[in-house]
Amino acid sequence: MRRKIISQDKVVYFLNYLFLVCLFCIVLYPIVYIISCSFSSGDALMAGRVKLLPVGFTLDSYKAVFRYSSIWTGYKNSIIYTVLGTLISLVLTLFAAYPLSREDFQGRKIFMGIFLFTMMFSGGLIPSYLLIKNLGLLDTMWAIILPGSVSAYNIIVARTFFDQTISRELLEAAQMDGCADFPFFVKIVVPLSAPIIATLSLWVAVSLWNSYFNPMIYIDSSAKYPLQLVLRRILLMSQVSFDSSSVDPETIERNKYLSEMLKYGTIIISSLPLMIAYPFIQKYFVKGVMIGSVKG
Amino acid sequence: MNETGKNRRKKFFGYLKAHWQLYVMILFPLIVIFIFAYGPMYGILLAFKNYKVSLGIWKSPWAENFGMNNFIRFFNNYNFMECLRNTLVISLYSMFAGVPCSIILALSLNYAKNYLFRKTVQMVTYCPYFISTIVFVGIINMMFDIRTGVLGSFFSDHFGVNILGSAELFPSLYVWTGIWQGMGFGAIIYIAALAGVDMEQHEAAIIDGATLLQRIRYVDIPAIVPTVVIMMILNMGGILNVGYEKVLAMQNQMNLSSSEVIATYSYKVSLVSSFPDYPYSTAIGLFQSIIGLILILITNKIADKISGISFI
Repeated sequence: MRRKIISQDKVVYFLNYLFLVCLFCIVLYPIVYIISCSFSSGDALMAGRVKLLPVGFTLDSYKAVFRYSSIWTGYKNSIIYTVLGTLISLVLTLFAAYPLSREDFQGRKIFMGIFLFTMMFSGGLIPSYLLIKNLGLLDTMWAIILPGSVSAYNIIVARTFFDQTISRELLEAAQMDGCADFPFFVKIVVPLSAPIIATLSLWVAVSLWNSYFNPMIYIDSSAKYPLQLVLRRILLMSQVSFDSSSVDPETIERNKYLSEMLKYGTIIISSLPLMIAYPFIQKYFVKGVMIGSVKG
Repeated sequence: MNETGKNRRKKFFGYLKAHWQLYVMILFPLIVIFIFAYGPMYGILLAFKNYKVSLGIWKSPWAENFGMNNFIRFFNNYNFMECLRNTLVISLYSMFAGVPCSIILALSLNYAKNYLFRKTVQMVTYCPYFISTIVFVGIINMMFDIRTGVLGSFFSDHFGVNILGSAELFPSLYVWTGIWQGMGFGAIIYIAALAGVDMEQHEAAIIDGATLLQRIRYVDIPAIVPTVVIMMILNMGGILNVGYEKVLAMQNQMNLSSSEVIATYSYKVSLVSSFPDYPYSTAIGLFQSIIGLILILITNKIADKISGISFI
């Protein structure tokens, strides 16, 4: 009887590995496929000959991307919006989370309620749009950065972190020495909070970098487009305009599938920053999700 | 207990004097949230009005039928049932297919003993989460293209279906690509919960002769139920606002009959339309928010009754 059970476990363990290997392949395949496509020739792409590895190896699609100037304008805009937005959001989140983590903070229930309510109810699309319009923020980067900068969820995560890390004794000792609240926050709390600062910055930065809906409704002039809107034009609306100055007519003639190839190149180029940073940042992401899972 | 109001106020002012800096700190995020989260709530009035741009929100006349006209129009519109059905199908399908997938992945990873192998699989399955919606939908369109895409040509050759152009298949395409993208990330929380399971329980079960599957069934699953409940409550509130960024990006003329959800409809009648109908769109948004709020409160209550777990 006992032997039978153990052999059954062995089978289960084996099947489990098999399952994970299959899953691994399923997740990896589309990524490999797109990378291979980006190195393939236009003829092979249009004939659907690429299955796993590049067919007719060429760098033409990357050459097309590098000559396509609006991608780089988008890149620059996205970097500005993301860096500035992350900084602002981080400061605001920590400024809300620290007082709320203090047990002695009078009125913390009320303040917490004010933040929590925004998680459950919102004005909706049109009221938000009209507000941005009335504030004169349409077609400015503030319309992308400010509305989402204070998130109740991030505040809860940061507050939970402070609750766990900043001990009462630490605060009392500092108060004994006559340290006021703000200097305590700047000199003691912030330096101790590197992990949560990393986590929150990454969350905010990734969501700003990847968002397209808000920029789509608030930004009109294409010079201010963030990368995702440029990508939307290229990938989803197939609106590619090679002005003759950037690509000579000969190239277009030689490669009539250039706009298709451009798509694969842009996917890789635009995802590159996150994919390179990803192995280093993923542990902070994981950490944040786990802190967040502690009951708010 | 016997403190008078005056005394209490005095104490509070004493506190305020010593700790005013905390209040100054929290003032900044409060201002931002009052403007950008509570500010739009004033605009909700629009849902009950006949909006005249020249008069502004406040001075515009009330809508017919005691201000409820915009809602009545929405409920009577032939789009209403379709949008509501599509919204519910997509979000419930996502939830009931997505959560089990994440749990299975978490359990599976939990019992993969080789550390390096486990870390590699984890890393690869988290990876798609970082791909932006636009790029992701771009990838879907390319892979499922019936002529040039590797999956699209396969399905069209062997089954004769055009997945991108099929309204019937849209929910499945949406949900399963979503699982491909979010499964790994969704599993993190369950992996954490499984790591918290008491090893002694497992040891006791092994001594009693329990097989691996039995241990999963009777030790692991009960341990992650609280996490599942909390995730469900959090999901419930958002049931009417399905991630419409992705839906909007995936819509095309052919799948519209099953891809038009409430949020995309309200976006189209206002910001895209050549005759923008702001009050109508606001009413739709408000309907959505209120249902969301009610659902959160109900699930929270039920979860509290059944398992003693509540979020609010």
